[in-house]
Amino acid sequence: MRFQLTEEQRALRAGVRELLAARFGRERLRAAMEADGVRAVPELDRGLWRELGSAGFFSLRLPEDEGGVGLGLPEAVLVFEEAGRVLLPGPLIATHLAAGEIPGAATGETVVTAADGGGVVEWLEAADVVRGYAGGTAGTVAVRSVDPLTPLHRVAEAPARLHQVAADPDSGDRTDVLLTSLLTAAEQLGTAARVCELAAQHARTREQFGRPVGAFQAVQHLCAGILVRVEVARAAVYAAAVTVDAADIAAARLLADEAAVRGARDCLQVHGGMGFTWEADVHLYLKRAWVRARRPGAVTECEEMLAAALLVEAR
Amino acid sequence: MDLTDTPQEAEFRAGLREWLAKTLPSLPAAPSPDDWPGRRAYDLGWQRTLYDAGYGEVHWGADPAVRMIFLEETEKAGAPYVGANFVGLLHAGPTVAAEGTEEQQARWLPPVLRGEEVWCQGFSEPDAGSDLAALRTRARRDGDEYVVSGSKIWTSHAEVADWCELLVRTDPDAPKHRGITWLAMPMDAPGVTVRPLRTLAGSNEFAEVFLDEVRVPVANRVGAENDGWRVTMVTLSFERGTAFVGEVVACRRVLGELALAARENGRWDDPVLRRRLGRLNAEFRALWRLTQWNVSEASGRGDGVPGVGGSVFKLRYSHARQELYEAAAEVLGDGGAALDLQQPWVLDRLSSLSYTIAAGTSQIQHSIVAERVLGLPKGR
Ligand SMILES: Cc1cc2nc3c(=O)[nH]c(=O)nc-3n(C[C@H](O)[C@H](O)[C@H](O)COP(=O)(O)OP(=O)(O)OC[C@H]3O[C@@H](n4cnc5c(N)ncnc54)[C@H](O)[C@@H]3O)c2cc1C
Repeated sequence: MRFQLTEEQRALRAGVRELLAARFGRERLRAAMEADGVRAVPELDRGLWRELGSAGFFSLRLPEDEGGVGLGLPEAVLVFEEAGRVLLPGPLIATHLAAGEIPGAATGETVVTAADGGGVVEWLEAADVVRGYAGGTAGTVAVRSVDPLTPLHRVAEAPARLHQVAADPDSGDRTDVLLTSLLTAAEQLGTAARVCELAAQHARTREQFGRPVGAFQAVQHLCAGILVRVEVARAAVYAAAVTVDAADIAAARLLADEAAVRGARDCLQVHGGMGFTWEADVHLYLKRAWVRARRPGAVTECEEMLAAALLVEAR
Repeated sequence: MDLTDTPQEAEFRAGLREWLAKTLPSLPAAPSPDDWPGRRAYDLGWQRTLYDAGYGEVHWGADPAVRMIFLEETEKAGAPYVGANFVGLLHAGPTVAAEGTEEQQARWLPPVLRGEEVWCQGFSEPDAGSDLAALRTRARRDGDEYVVSGSKIWTSHAEVADWCELLVRTDPDAPKHRGITWLAMPMDAPGVTVRPLRTLAGSNEFAEVFLDEVRVPVANRVGAENDGWRVTMVTLSFERGTAFVGEVVACRRVLGELALAARENGRWDDPVLRRRLGRLNAEFRALWRLTQWNVSEASGRGDGVPGVGGSVFKLRYSHARQELYEAAAEVLGDGGAALDLQQPWVLDRLSSLSYTIAAGTSQIQHSIVAERVLGLPKGR
């Protein structure tokens, strides 16, 4: 057993972090948001999408002889974790999962989104292809999205449920639903890790009563709680990427959703009044975490699935 | 990221499984929890059995991954737990191994490994708990002996221990962390009085230890005089490392039993309870993975000493364990079962309460994480 990142995995993570810092740093994030004020709906940056494509973001798991990078799920999880750290916008997971199947997805020429859950589609208007929904934009209703960087539409169609799908290993959708949940967990993990850093950074520098607020135990323990949730989720997410077991994925998703949503909320609290502003980034992490937490395979499904798994395991 | 056994690990696991299957059926019946001499004999006997089979040293010399397999497999097979050997194998022993002289190692380590001597840990005092460095038990040098007076509290297994790893103050004028010394004290020395303390579960798991002019040879000092705090930190990090591997395995088994019991008595139809058990499944799966992560990290570093990851793990695990037995009470349901000490899990619910206190309270662990991992300024 060697349950740690390999040298190559560390290098991959560092490379992706560097790439994203250069291509989607904080200024780009804020610029994408401010555009929102003018257009009401953010636009997907096609140039960036193609750059991600040529960096191998979407073709990561395709075999090399099919033009891919030939890496596995653990690597994909590391990459999506980095995307979650910087709140990279767009239907990343759907496009990644479509690589090799829908022409142009792998290279970032085609933007693919999916209507696979919660009755909600992300980035519907920006997408060239919608997987799992034949109707195009017909029968959909635009939602005034809580996340300024994720446009949302509602569709009428009933979504596939994780535990139903997992119970039927022959279902063609099984892999997609599971992988969507796993990669969502990876994004949540990245967000959780980032808000932990932001909270600690603010606690170290903001002074009140003549000392950094991080010297107060009430603040220290909030921050420590964020970190504990991150590290527990990390172990679960990485392990699920290795085993690709449905129950492991459900566990990873539950813990990563919690780490991101609660982490962002606690981070907001540590920021005080600043945390309640549009100007601070904290709300962006929380809102994106909320959006991801609604993707298929959310709390109730995961908990029911894991409960059912207990009976099977205990037999 | 590799979760599978290496060939050596697989071989170790297979050999151990085979040996356990052969050995466990002929083990004597476990003694009753209040039969202390019986428990001592049973725990030492098990250690002796391990020693004879070549597993005696697994807690020390072995790679952490191998130690983890050992704890996992023994728990799964229903083998006895370390019990009274805990301090000898997981605190005092590793400390002597890391910091003791060759003579000290030769004197103290083999009897621990062979299951002949029991150790206890005399750290906490009535006025020094979380603030351990405030301890006041005084040791005065007299020729080649220390003369020790003071009192210790919460000393687990004190009644059946042969040795006590004792922290004493040798320099009352130095800053509090710099005047402490680590001594090995024989529990039968004149002046040592043990008074059992009853826990909320009704058992005598720990004791007060009164020390009245107890003479301890200077040769029993591990590390330099006044360097006991550093020596102690070595010990404490072991405590938060792989110590809980077996327990996580056990908790996962209990969780499965809870699910079956709930289905049996109809409580399973309550979606709130069902989902609570599902969430606990996620929790203990993740704790198991976190253990594997921490163990792999320690293996990679080569020193086998767990890092701050131990605090992260302990915080979450102690809480999860309490939640597990809270859920158990829900499974037992109304009608008094959850209040009946003879029902399964009711005593465990009581003893789980110590987990967020012993070995560093959750509050202290949170502060450790905030200061050492997140780099926040020293709290107040
Ligand atoms: C089952 C059990 C077995 C034990 N076995 C042993 C043993 O064998 N040998 C041994 O030496 N000891 C043993 N202990 C003692 C254990 O290590 C102490 O109980 C523990 O360190 C806490 O100390 P205390 O009980 O004095 O609590 P206190 O330190 O008095 O704490 C009281 C409360 O105040 C909080 N608190 C204290 N300081 C701070 C701070 N700085 N910041 C925030 N909160 C704070 C604590 O978290 C706690 O909630 C055992 C304890 C238990 C429960």
